Amino acid sequence: MFNALAISSIYVLDQDQALEFYVGKLGLEVNTDQDLGFMRWLTVSVPGDRDRQVLLQTPGPPALDQKTAAQVRELLTKGATGGHLFFTADDCRKTYTELRAKGVEFTEEPTERPYGIDCGLRDPFGNHIRFSQPLPVTASAKAQEKGR
Amino acid sequence: MSRAVEELNRRMLRARDAMDRAYAQPLDVPALARIANVSEAHFIRTFRATFDETPHHYLQRRRVERAMYLLRATDRSVTVICLDVGFSSLGTFSRIFRDIVGQAPSAYRERGPIQAVPNCFAMAWTRPSSFGEAPAQNIV
Repeated sequence: MFNALAISSIYVLDQDQALEFYVGKLGLEVNTDQDLGFMRWLTVSVPGDRDRQVLLQTPGPPALDQKTAAQVRELLTKGATGGHLFFTADDCRKTYTELRAKGVEFTEEPTERPYGIDCGLRDPFGNHIRFSQPLPVTASAKAQEKGR
Repeated sequence: MSRAVEELNRRMLRARDAMDRAYAQPLDVPALARIANVSEAHFIRTFRATFDETPHHYLQRRRVERAMYLLRATDRSVTVICLDVGFSSLGTFSRIFRDIVGQAPSAYRERGPIQAVPNCFAMAWTRPSSFGEAPAQNIV
């Protein structure tokens, strides 16, 4: 059986710009940044959670032919590649305020949901990112109960 | 050429995100064009080329989707919900709701309460896919 999800991947248009955003603004840390010769293997992790990495990959030849890469870039900028990352935070509203001050583009302000407080943002390329402050399990169960 | 398209796509996505976020506000073409940072004339045409519908239709279907949700998730009156989702006239709201959903708001409400699901996915998947040509997706 599998025992963990170690690496997931999203497309970005530019790896330097991605670093600036994911590390410089969102506060993730570089896990691996290595020139493999044929590609730059660039992964980031949440500080303290190095076992889970996100690979920031650019679409381009020879992995994708020029025409397909252009299609991926076009879909990415329309927010249609399905690239989603979901993070959790200790304090959703505080993190929101800090990231807003850094000029992060939010799609949704912190909102209370039955499962916790969450909000949404876009990376510079069009990927959709959310982070939530989950309710403690007992409180969450009560809120669900109330919602019925 | 393609970089220009990507940049323009990203701007249109920004305007679309604004409609998803601020649907309750009186968002008009000048306001949206400002968010997208393009001229008003250019905005409608480009948005349509990008997402295959006019910004006006996108916003109306978003407002109706939110109204569908509120009708079943809350006990607010139809009039209050109409204003909550950004319509200023009950007549217009009822007509557009019926056009899109095929049922009056009060009749739709009778389908009963809905399950709590992550909101962003509900918004992405339950926004009616047409202006009445296809049946609106039901919220479970």
